[in-house]
Amino acid sequence: MATDHSRSTARLMVSPAVLLLLGWMIVPLVMTLYFSTLRYNLLSPGTESFVGFENYVYFLTDPAFFAAIANTLLLVGGVLFITVLGGILLALLLDKPIFGQGIVRILVIAPFFVMPTVSALVWKNMFMNPVNGLFAYAARAIGVQPFDFLAEAPLFSIIIIVAWQWLPFATLILLTAIQSLDGEQLEAAEMDGAPAFKRFWHIILPHLSRAITVVILIQTIFLLSIFAEILVTTNGGPGYASTNLTYLVYAQSLLQFDVGGGSAGGIVAVVLANIVAIFLMRLVGKNLDL
Amino acid sequence: MARSVTLGTRLGWTALAWAIGLAIFFPILWTILTSFKTEAAAIGPPQLFAFEWTTENYTEVQSRSPYFLHFMNSVIIALGSTLIALAIAIPAAWAMAFSPTKRTRGLLLWMLSTKMLPPVGVLIPIYLLFRNTGLLDTRIGLVIVLTLVNLPIIVWMLFTYFREIPGEILEAARMDGANLKAEIIHVLTPMALPGIASTLLLNVILAWNEAFWTLNLTAAKAAPLTAFIASYSSPEGLFYAKLSAASTMAIAPVLILGWFSQKQLVRGLTFGAVK
Repeated sequence: MATDHSRSTARLMVSPAVLLLLGWMIVPLVMTLYFSTLRYNLLSPGTESFVGFENYVYFLTDPAFFAAIANTLLLVGGVLFITVLGGILLALLLDKPIFGQGIVRILVIAPFFVMPTVSALVWKNMFMNPVNGLFAYAARAIGVQPFDFLAEAPLFSIIIIVAWQWLPFATLILLTAIQSLDGEQLEAAEMDGAPAFKRFWHIILPHLSRAITVVILIQTIFLLSIFAEILVTTNGGPGYASTNLTYLVYAQSLLQFDVGGGSAGGIVAVVLANIVAIFLMRLVGKNLDL
Repeated sequence: MARSVTLGTRLGWTALAWAIGLAIFFPILWTILTSFKTEAAAIGPPQLFAFEWTTENYTEVQSRSPYFLHFMNSVIIALGSTLIALAIAIPAAWAMAFSPTKRTRGLLLWMLSTKMLPPVGVLIPIYLLFRNTGLLDTRIGLVIVLTLVNLPIIVWMLFTYFREIPGEILEAARMDGANLKAEIIHVLTPMALPGIASTLLLNVILAWNEAFWTLNLTAAKAAPLTAFIASYSSPEGLFYAKLSAASTMAIAPVLILGWFSQKQLVRGLTFGAVK
């Protein structure tokens, strides 16, 4: 049914989207690559000069870089741990026969729709503030010294905030996967007297493995680029204690105006994200029946 | 589940689920409640409901800052970028769903891969381009960026919806002598509309909450709510009740839209990998 005519029409229909995305991806990325080989500071325009790999050497030997890489991995790993584990438990719970299931589901999903700057500021001020925060009041009520979350444990606090935002996503996807499970198999296992834990381990968990992988990969893509939550809570501090790679590149280029160094960091971030992306693409590609 | 459970078990699960659900929702509830307190009560000993209710924060937020301007910026940026992206994506997804070629699969995956490009990788060139062309802190600049950022997700979502429209209907219409225009207007649009509406809904939500580009490319004029709320992070902005009122107004529209889009969320953000 695909005639030459319809084929050329199809090409015409696809090309605007392709050209725009090509421009969006290739042009700025090539510019970043080019900037990363320059000594280029926005405060002294007109003095750009080619320096080869110097920016990469500088960036990759900067102690801030290793702190940022470690923080990025802790942030991604910590949030994944909480959301995947919590998501599985919550999805199992929401699949149980409960009254008002629809409403509970809405309550659980709601944090996903809160914009990052709002959730970060609400947690920072109204919960984690060591004087007026709800946690401080709770601590004093039981006679414990209030804990200054964002000063004493900045990265941990940000992990909690981001995990709260992403737990709904993991829960929703895992719940969707659980609900597509064949009920008869579970019933048969129950008839045979398999205890709840065994049923979970041998039937439910294998069924979920694909959804879990999807959750991990997609969240990783988004979590590598966490920015707003850090900007409004700690500004990456104290020191570099809560600076991730995204924030470091932002600080280097837009706060210290070092375009060359910032660009080198941007390229490092692209390479890291690509490693994750390759796995995700394979998984999505397998499911694409074309 | 078809199995019968005792009322006791059911009540037990219900109590547990509600307790956890309320705990997860609590920060949002607390924000809404705090927005109705006076500033003194907001930082005073916690009160769940027994406080003097006031709506002064809502009027104060508008009189102290151009809140309505930022709200409209959010509306224009979120809706504008989504509508433009839809206009570009509908033909593309259409062609790929109904006349796939050998390259379609690769093309779709490549589009998806652009979504995985970390924004810091292109922050500096975009920032400099915007600065040199006067697009910094303009609504049009942000509409352009968010159109491109969300285009891959929109193409993918539309593609998965269009794939479910049976091709036989198309062939039958062609047999009856319908040309492409008639095909689109009379046969496919009615069938495609629900998918397009779902895509629109989810992407308005994503664009409304986008907080990397909006924070980096705007200052005072074109700042949407994400960037405006961020200004409350400075110490002099520590007014809990007003922060809560501004936040409540900023998240309410999307919370309501979000309740309608639960299903699309799974589909749109997993690219069809989980159904």
